[in-house]
Amino acid sequence: MNYADLFRATLPETVLELTALVVLAVDLGFLRKAALRRRHLAATVIGIAGCGAALWAVAIAPALTVGGQVQETLLAAGGAAGVAQCGLLVLTALTLLPLLGTKFTRNPGEYVAVALMAAAGALIVAAAQDLLVIFVGLELLSLCLYVLTAFAKRSGNSAEAAVKYYLFGGMSAAFLLFGFSYLYGITGSTSLSTIVQFLQTQNDLGVPLVGIAFVMIAAGLGFKVAAVPFHFWAPDAYEGAPAPVAAFIASVSKVASFALLISIGAALLPRVGFSGTILHSPWTLILIFLAVASMIVGNLAALAQISVRRLIAYSAIAHAGYMLLGLAFFSGDRSSQAVLYYILTYGLTIVGAFIVVGWVEYATGSDTLDAFLGLYKRNPLLAASLLVFFLSLAGIPPLIGFWAKFNLFAAVLSADAGVVPFSLVALAIAFSAVSLYYYLQVLKRVWVMPAVDEHPIWMHPVALATTVVIALAVIVLGCFPTLVQAWIARFY
Amino acid sequence: MLAFAIYISFAGALVSALLPREKSALARWLALVVALAGLAIAIAGYVAGAGQGRVVLTDAAWIPSMGIRYLLAADGISRVLVLLTGIAAVAGVLFSWNIEVRTNQFFAFYLALIGGVYGVFLSFDFFLLFVFYEIAIVPKYFLIAIWGSTRREYGAMKLALYSFVGSSMVLIGLLAAYTVSGSHSTGLVDLAHAGLPTSFQMWCFPLVFVGFGILAGLWPFHTWAPTGHVAAPTAASMLLAGVVMKLGAYGCLRVAMGVFPHGLDSWGFSLLGLGSWRDVFALLAVIGIAYATLVALAQNDFKFVIGYSSVSHMGLVLLGLMTLNQIGLDGAVLQMFSHGVLAGLLFAIVGRVVYDRTHTRQFADLEKMHLARRLPFAAWAFVVAGAASMGLPGFSGFVAELQIVVGAWQARPWWAIITGVGLILAVAYIWRALQKAFFTDALPTAHELESEHAHNFDAITWPEVAGVALLGLSSLTVGLYPRILLDQIEPAIRAFLAGGLQ
Repeated sequence: MNYADLFRATLPETVLELTALVVLAVDLGFLRKAALRRRHLAATVIGIAGCGAALWAVAIAPALTVGGQVQETLLAAGGAAGVAQCGLLVLTALTLLPLLGTKFTRNPGEYVAVALMAAAGALIVAAAQDLLVIFVGLELLSLCLYVLTAFAKRSGNSAEAAVKYYLFGGMSAAFLLFGFSYLYGITGSTSLSTIVQFLQTQNDLGVPLVGIAFVMIAAGLGFKVAAVPFHFWAPDAYEGAPAPVAAFIASVSKVASFALLISIGAALLPRVGFSGTILHSPWTLILIFLAVASMIVGNLAALAQISVRRLIAYSAIAHAGYMLLGLAFFSGDRSSQAVLYYILTYGLTIVGAFIVVGWVEYATGSDTLDAFLGLYKRNPLLAASLLVFFLSLAGIPPLIGFWAKFNLFAAVLSADAGVVPFSLVALAIAFSAVSLYYYLQVLKRVWVMPAVDEHPIWMHPVALATTVVIALAVIVLGCFPTLVQAWIARFY
Repeated sequence: MLAFAIYISFAGALVSALLPREKSALARWLALVVALAGLAIAIAGYVAGAGQGRVVLTDAAWIPSMGIRYLLAADGISRVLVLLTGIAAVAGVLFSWNIEVRTNQFFAFYLALIGGVYGVFLSFDFFLLFVFYEIAIVPKYFLIAIWGSTRREYGAMKLALYSFVGSSMVLIGLLAAYTVSGSHSTGLVDLAHAGLPTSFQMWCFPLVFVGFGILAGLWPFHTWAPTGHVAAPTAASMLLAGVVMKLGAYGCLRVAMGVFPHGLDSWGFSLLGLGSWRDVFALLAVIGIAYATLVALAQNDFKFVIGYSSVSHMGLVLLGLMTLNQIGLDGAVLQMFSHGVLAGLLFAIVGRVVYDRTHTRQFADLEKMHLARRLPFAAWAFVVAGAASMGLPGFSGFVAELQIVVGAWQARPWWAIITGVGLILAVAYIWRALQKAFFTDALPTAHELESEHAHNFDAITWPEVAGVALLGLSSLTVGLYPRILLDQIEPAIRAFLAGGLQ
């Protein structure tokens, strides 16, 4: 490895960081006296251009290895990592767009710069194959997210959410590092594949230290994906953060974390593959526990929410549970494609949902269920888009969420068609029937109940266009699921 | 060609949703034209399909990596039910002519529902069938919740959740069948020929049967039906009872019985006299017939009477399915058509012709209104519909019920006996409703006559006459000349039974 290799392998991250600097320079240098609207526009346009350039860089960046050895990979290229990176950049761009027209910050330059740095961290996490690189990426991502959460400086909620997020995040990072240190202590390596190889040759399934390390790592990553019982930060962060940031946390950060879980699952594959009985693999057991707990707690807690953002947060926990099920019964490429399909389409839908929620909140000053009363009269396009997003999240065909669920559960059963995975899939499907109830609680207010206030809700045309385009994508990609599927398969 | 019934309905829904909000007349005419086009396609497809077995309409790879195909086909059963959907759709539009609130949205949801129903009846791929089946759930919710009456939000939510729970059970069955058969295909024929193990079919059959059965009003999962029907606007209750409940029964027949035929085999032991799932579901169907009839007899709300009569008649369909003989299954399919038309007619009279004028459905209030004199059209239409519904010879109900009872007698005589008692009681509740609502004995007092002159009911409009005529004549035609449908149903059922239920 020399610096030229390093530069080429980290080209996407470098592009993002450079763009962040450019945004800062332009905003603080040339546009210091310009109107806020122009600064917003400039920052958004440059940020999106940076995402586009990084997308191009992802396509040409090679893997980063130590001495050209495959088992000493630091950053993977192509495969699951490639899909996740492309998805991350598209989602980042989509979460930057709704910045136009919002007023939560007067520092658009800083906002876009920090968001781009977070995206760079996410790119590293998605591709990392080495414990240290993973940790560096996660910390970069997390620190930026804390800052972004607190970005609405005049809002107490925003600050409170950031503090909670930060405290939980710091603790979970400690757990993660603790787990990593055990793995390093046992195996003497930080490379995922070397660690797994070592554990296999030692055949030391009974060693409790490995189990402890796995539990610690699961705690750290469970925090990132908001799996029960590490989910307490999520409702507060989703509720308090500015809407574009909440969208960012719900989509980009989730995609990166699940891509990491896929890397770990793929590395562990020879060991806890689908042929072995699950009772012998602590990692699978831990994931099953997290998945079941998340599905149950997420769906049941969402039933009781009156804040739509908290409702989305709890439903996000439930969706994480479904995906963890796909990771618990992991069979290689089939599973990894199914999980990626799920998380990317979920991310797309949730970005759309948060744009709508953000604008309704901006117009009514509240995100309670009653703020959505009569939305169909106040802004029909917004109401129709929300209908599409929530029905997709509930898994109603022909929207994309249904196909993602079907694909994921079919992948679980193709990995292992035993009684345990089958009952878990049945449980997941039963809980998605529960989820329809709370999604309909929102849609009922949007479409059915009479409006209290009939003034139209104005929305920035770009944000509106983004929402409508995402809604159309959710419908079209749901009718033709092979489009995304074939695109993902191209990377493998 | 039949496939265009699906596309034209969805296209109509889209166009209707995009119409300007204030142009309600335009939305109405658009919906009528679309529904008529659907009916024309259904009739043409029905005539063209005479003497043919299963005809593949469209077959394209949809999701090749998982072996899921976009496979539309039609056999005699499908063609009959598509015809029913066409008739019910046109009648529903005619009886919604007075919807003035958010008209374009009403017809958008309405046509989306119709499109989904057409799709279910024409799908021969389990996955595709499931997609259409779920598409039909959401419009139902909004139709009831927005345009409904009595406790509409409760009724709508209950219906949506019951439907979704049922379809979740079907989805579990779909995933299980797909995995166990080796993940090659979700085609109904492929799955039926995949040699699914009997032990697997033994638990998957009841799962899928109950999943679809919930929507077919299978006792004791029927409770969504009366509340949903009562809450729904007229056109929605016509469609709910007329075609949506048929989706459930059709799923039971085509998917549960067609893909998992060995689920009906004997268990090899007997528990309380029940020796197979067939006995269990037949028992539930028989209980449903008797129970719903008795409950209908005790209702004070006119619409609840019709709601429970629907549950009772759908029990007949499910009993017909469980006879597993030619005549019983013929009767079941014919009863689907017959009940679809007659339930539509009854709900139309109660919900549109009567309720929209009297603004009450309580018998106690209706008794004071002397409707036989003031709304003679409604009274005589209800006499005809009621007679047809109680199974008077000359109407479609008679032929269908006779076949089911004969089939039940051949299978287990005691099923036929209880059903027979239920059918006699059906006469009683129709009679009671007829008398209480229209032909009361009490003479009007002078005060009542005065107020009658003060509040004249609106005149009967042409869409109502046309709708009643369409539905009544359909039932009469089938009753007088049942071969018009049976010629297509019989070969399809014979093939279904001969192929080990596929």
